Amino acid sequence: MISVRVRYFAGHRDIVGQAEQQMALEPGATVGDLWGLLVERHPRLAGYSGRLLFAVNQEFASPATTLHDGDEVAFIPPVSGGV
Amino acid sequence: MSNSMPDVALSNEEIRRYSRHLIMPEVGMAGQRRLKQGSVLLIGTGGLGSPLALYLAAAGVGHLGLVDFDVVDESNLQRQIVHGSATVGMPKIESARRRLLDLNPFIEITTYEAQITSANALDLMRPYDVIVDGTDNFPTRYLTNDAAVMLGKPNVYGSIFRFEGQATVFSPRDGGPCYRCLYPEPPPPGLVPSCAEGGVLGVLPGVIGTIQATEAIKLLTGIGETLVGRLMLYDALAMRFRELKLRRNPQCPVCGDHPTVTELIDYEQFCGILPEVSTLNNQYEITPAELAAWLARDDRPFLLDVRNPHEVAIAAIPGTDKLIPVDQLPERLHELDSSLEMVVYCRSGARSGRAVELLKSAGFRKVKNLVGGVLRWSDDVDPSVAKY
Repeated sequence: MISVRVRYFAGHRDIVGQAEQQMALEPGATVGDLWGLLVERHPRLAGYSGRLLFAVNQEFASPATTLHDGDEVAFIPPVSGGV
Repeated sequence: MSNSMPDVALSNEEIRRYSRHLIMPEVGMAGQRRLKQGSVLLIGTGGLGSPLALYLAAAGVGHLGLVDFDVVDESNLQRQIVHGSATVGMPKIESARRRLLDLNPFIEITTYEAQITSANALDLMRPYDVIVDGTDNFPTRYLTNDAAVMLGKPNVYGSIFRFEGQATVFSPRDGGPCYRCLYPEPPPPGLVPSCAEGGVLGVLPGVIGTIQATEAIKLLTGIGETLVGRLMLYDALAMRFRELKLRRNPQCPVCGDHPTVTELIDYEQFCGILPEVSTLNNQYEITPAELAAWLARDDRPFLLDVRNPHEVAIAAIPGTDKLIPVDQLPERLHELDSSLEMVVYCRSGARSGRAVELLKSAGFRKVKNLVGGVLRWSDDVDPSVAKY
C-alpha cells in the first residue's frame, strides 16, 4: 500500500469534515481512483466530478496521474464568491 | 504596458503624492507615468472590489472603470471598506466614486451602473488595459473570462469563501491559461455555496483583493513576475499560502488552439440557471404570511429549519420543530415523517429550496419551501426576528 496526504478546500471541507487527511491506496492508484473512493465515502462530492482541479505535489494533475507514496494531493473546487 | 516612456507627465503635486513609489527604481518616474496612463476595469465594487479600488486609486492608476448595479447595504460594511455608513442606500458605484476621488483627485473614474452581460461586456472592457474580476457568481465569472480572452486582455482573478481565497492572472496572450482551462464546465446550480450562504471573514477579501491590486499594478508597470500560470490559494485559518502551477489547455474551447466559442454566449443558460418564473402557484412553495396563518391553526404543519446550528442563535422562526442542516439531510431523511404536512425554511429560501427538491425526490409529497426564508419572515410577519 502507498500513503498519500489529501488536502481539501472550500466547500469540500464541509462535506468531508476536515481540511486534510492521510489515505492508504493500492500501489499504482491514480488521482481518479482516489477521487472515486472519496465520492463513494462522501456521496455529496459527486456533483463536483469533472468540475474540480487536481494537483499533485502542487503541480496541475489529471485523473490519470499515477500516485506515489508520500504524494500530496489537492482537490480544488471552483469558488465563485467575491462580494 | 510597454517599455517606452509614456507621454503623460506628472505635476509637482503628483510627484509629491507618489514620492514613495518614485524613489524605488523598479517604479520610478517611468513606472508612475505608466500607472497614470493605465486603465483598469473593476467588475464589482464589493468585497474584492473595495480594496482593489482603494489601492489602485491610491497608487495613481489614471483611469478606473467601476461596474456595479447594487446599492450599499449595512451588511456589506463588515468587509466592503470603500463604502461607509453615510452611503448606505446609495448605488455602490457612486459611493465608491466619492471615496476614491477623496483619496486621489488626480485620477479619472468612469462608472457604469449596470450588470455586465453578453450584450455589453465587450464594449465595457474594450477601453481598458486590465480587467479585474471581483464578482460573485459563476455566469459572470465565465462571461468575464471569455470576453477578456476574446479581447486579448489580462483578467486578474480572485475569489473568496469563508476563510479561503484564490487569486491568479488569466492571460492566454502571455502563455497562461484562462478560467475555462481550469474549469471547463460550471458546477450545477446550488452546489457551490455563495458568500451570502456560506459567509466570509471580513478581512479575507482584503487579502485577496490586495493581491489582485498588486498584480494589476505589476501588469501596468511591467515589473516583477505576475501570477500568470500560477494559482495562489490562501487559507486564513491556517495562515498559509499555497501555489499551484497551472497549464493552458490547448483544447480549451475559448483560448485553445482551435477555439469553438468565438462569441459571447448565454452564460445563465451555460451555468444551468433557468429564468425565474413566478412560482407562487407552485404547490411546493408558501409565503411567510401564509405560513404564519397556518401555524396559528390546529392543523399546523411540521416546521423544519435546514440552516446550520449557529444560525439558530442569530434568528429563528418561533414554533420550529426540528433542525437538520441541508448538507446532512440526505443521511437524516429517516428522522422525518413523510406523512406530515411540512414547511422547510432557511435564511433566504435558497437552501430550503434545495432541501424541498431533495425531499420531493425522496418521496415526500407534502413539503413546501418558505419563500424568502427568515429574511422575508422578518419583513412580512415579525420584524422582531433579526435579519442577517
